[in-house]
This record gives sequence, C-alpha cells and structure tokens, in this order.
Amino acid sequence: MKILYFAWVRDKIGLDSEEFDLPSEIVTAGEFIEWFKTRGDTYAEVIGASDTVKMAINQEYAGPENAISNEDEVALFPPVTGGKY
Amino acid sequence: MIIVQREDFEVGIELKRLTEGNNEIGGVCSFIGLVRDSPEKESLEAMTLQHYPGMTEKELNRIDDEAHSRWPLEASLIIHRYGRLQPGEQIVLVATASAHRKAAFEGCEFLIDFLKTRAPFWKKEDYGLVTEWVGSLEADNRATEKWYE
Repeated sequence: MKILYFAWVRDKIGLDSEEFDLPSEIVTAGEFIEWFKTRGDTYAEVIGASDTVKMAINQEYAGPENAISNEDEVALFPPVTGGKY
Repeated sequence: MIIVQREDFEVGIELKRLTEGNNEIGGVCSFIGLVRDSPEKESLEAMTLQHYPGMTEKELNRIDDEAHSRWPLEASLIIHRYGRLQPGEQIVLVATASAHRKAAFEGCEFLIDFLKTRAPFWKKEDYGLVTEWVGSLEADNRATEKWYE
C-alpha cells in the first residue's frame, strides 16, 4: 500500500509518502486508521487530530466505512484550503 | 478545460482561446484569484501551494462536469497554479462562456466556490520568521453549502 501525506501531515511525519503492507484483516478505512495509529507516536498524534485529518482512497475522498485493500493508494491530509481571494 | 501548472497565465490569451470558433457564445465571465497580503498580520513574503497531483485534476473535472450539468455553458476553463507565489501574483483563473450572461455568472461563482472546498490544495504562508499552514475557512464551506439549499 502506498500512503501519501500532504501539508502539515507531511511536515509532521517528515515524509512525502511511505509503502506499507496492510494486514489482510483490515478491510475498511476506519480499521485502517486504528491500525495506522499503532505504528508510532507521530502517527498517533496525526490521527489524534482526526477531526481535522481527511483521507482519500485512490484519489477519492473517503469515510470510515469505505473499503480498503493493500493495492490502494491512500492519502492523509488536512482539510483543503482555497486561497483567501 | 482543466489546467494545473506552476507557471503564470495570460488572462487575455486564455479568454480568447476559450471562445474561439464558437459563435453561439454571447458572454464570458471570469474570476481571477490573487495572493493577498493580510493587513491584520505582519507582511506576507510568499505563499506556497501544495497539491495532490492526479486527485486535483479528478476533483476539478468533477466540479466542472457539475457546472455543465447545472447551467447551459458553451465552454469553461479552470487554471490553478501551485508552488511558491508572491503577494499580488495570480493563483487561479475560472472562466465560463454561455449564450446568455446569467449562466456564465452563476456557473463561474459555483466553480470558484466548489474549487475552494473540494480541490486538494493546501497553502503555507511565509511571514519571514514564521511559516504556517492555512486552516480551512468556515466562510468558504458556507459558500459551497448554499448551492445545495
């Protein structure tokens, strides 16, 4: 699984992207988030701000109930910001 | 048409290209977004726009399709820049063309409202000693919601 990070999530984790092997028992985005938190303190902190972190699966906005698999491209990022115009 | 690029754009050339060869077009409406300095804060040196290549184009195409399904638009254009931009620089151009002005005005406003809340762009402001990611604006979310009322 490829995971991409954007904006302050990228700064906090210190990487643009990572490759993970997703355990086969994880089949929803909600389960993925719970698993992701267990990878380390930084990951837990990113998810700890979970009302502000959004997720996309294969470049589509996703919610906790969406299906997920090891072949997916996942992205974690803050809410998008248009300009101040 | 959707274009995501680092380079600046020339509005006159883009608008001419938008309408070229289509004499059914009676009006064009355009919106240009600029990097604005914040009078309430210290002086902004630059703003860096990060985006999600691939998803950005997908979301902009989806928004564009939605505008075409709601209004009788003859043509539309979204150009969005990314990278480091100085105050006063152009960030985005949205333009719509239609037979009559109402569709062009409304379609253009719809596109810019949706773009700001759906397209995966993030902005980091550089104030020299301090840099910070810009949070999403409640006012923008409300501007989008009004189209569902």
